[in-house]
Amino acid sequence: MKTNRHRMNRFRRAGMLTLLAAASPTLALEAPSIEIQKFAFAPREITIAPGTTIAWTNRDETPHTISADDHHFVSKAMDTGDRFEYTFSSEGDFKYFCTLHPFMTGIVHVRR
Amino acid sequence: MTDHRDQPAGFDRTRRNALTCLAGWSGAAVLWTVAGGVPRALGAADPAARAATPGRTFTFVQISDTHFGFHKEANPDIVGSFRRAAADINALAEAPALVVHTGDVSHLSKPEEFGQAKELLQEIHIDRVHTVPGEHDALDDGLAGYLKAFDHDGQGRTWYSFDQGGVHFIGLSNVLTFKMGTMTSLGDEQIAWLKRDLARVAHSTPIVVLAHIPLWTVHAAWGWGTADADQALALLRPYGSVTVLNGHVHQVLQKVEGHIALHTAMSLAYPLPKPGQEGIGEPGPVKVPAGELGKLLGTRQVTVVRGRHELALIDTPIDHA
Repeated sequence: MKTNRHRMNRFRRAGMLTLLAAASPTLALEAPSIEIQKFAFAPREITIAPGTTIAWTNRDETPHTISADDHHFVSKAMDTGDRFEYTFSSEGDFKYFCTLHPFMTGIVHVRR
Repeated sequence: MTDHRDQPAGFDRTRRNALTCLAGWSGAAVLWTVAGGVPRALGAADPAARAATPGRTFTFVQISDTHFGFHKEANPDIVGSFRRAAADINALAEAPALVVHTGDVSHLSKPEEFGQAKELLQEIHIDRVHTVPGEHDALDDGLAGYLKAFDHDGQGRTWYSFDQGGVHFIGLSNVLTFKMGTMTSLGDEQIAWLKRDLARVAHSTPIVVLAHIPLWTVHAAWGWGTADADQALALLRPYGSVTVLNGHVHQVLQKVEGHIALHTAMSLAYPLPKPGQEGIGEPGPVKVPAGELGKLLGTRQVTVVRGRHELALIDTPIDHA
């Protein structure tokens, strides 16, 4: 299982490198974006490198929040169209949820 | 037709009675129907149906989920909706003794939304409006902003109790302890307080509990329930008449467990889907044609009659003939 997971991560990293290589050298690293739509995070799971900033945008008519499972980052309430950014500096798996709707969950894998 | 008005205090209507009851109430044009196995009062659009109930009664009104600050397609005029409800309450033949608001007073917990709520609530001609917070009132700074506007007993707490008209009212808060992947909860501190509060209340005293999120599991996948509600209900079980009034789900639902009757109310802002409604994956505002909206928003009149276990509930949409 562990081997499989590592292999998966390797594939994900490889995929990201390919995308970066294809991008113009002048293009700054854009924050990967996660959409909040229909009471769900899309994508629900994402793998990024340390130092990457993720931007969440609420597309629902209902307010939502982004809160780490251990509350080490918590957004303010996000109304329709509001955006929240957070930079993940260290490696790890970071679960998060919406404090208003705790069944809305997501996870960010940070890997070198 | 059966009329239970003259039943003695000790009369214990069984669930079977409840299921088969199709009774006229207060001799007026209020109809009981059986919906989902539980009797439900309908109508009251006819002013005759609102005629003052003879005998020793005590009436109050429940409103819920006003979401002041909401200004989206599902209801572009929530202030207008609220004002229609206020006019209905002011026109009741029997003036209610109080109004209770079961949460989501505001949409985004903004100071100006609480300010607008306080101002508009004064348009209801009533001495006091008792509120409990909804999760929309607990954003960003927890309940600090809500408490600035609605600290009922001056103790900086969102739970409280008071006695009025022979009824013991309890306001609870279940909107602050959200944990990932679980339903909300009341928390140990509040349940300990509830135990102490009930210790001084006689078992014969009718109890009305106010809480925003239902104290029974309506639909777990949408968080429509309270994880530790059973602990609170266990404390209430010895009492002869317990009525739990909730909001949050923006529709009328009910459940009866022995002497405990639990009811959710309509919103005054926008409708939500039925629990787990097919084709709708999430509990977001439901957009309906303009002519339909007023049938899905409304108020609830609650009447306590001495010697009866069940309170009489009349849910009235803001659109009525």
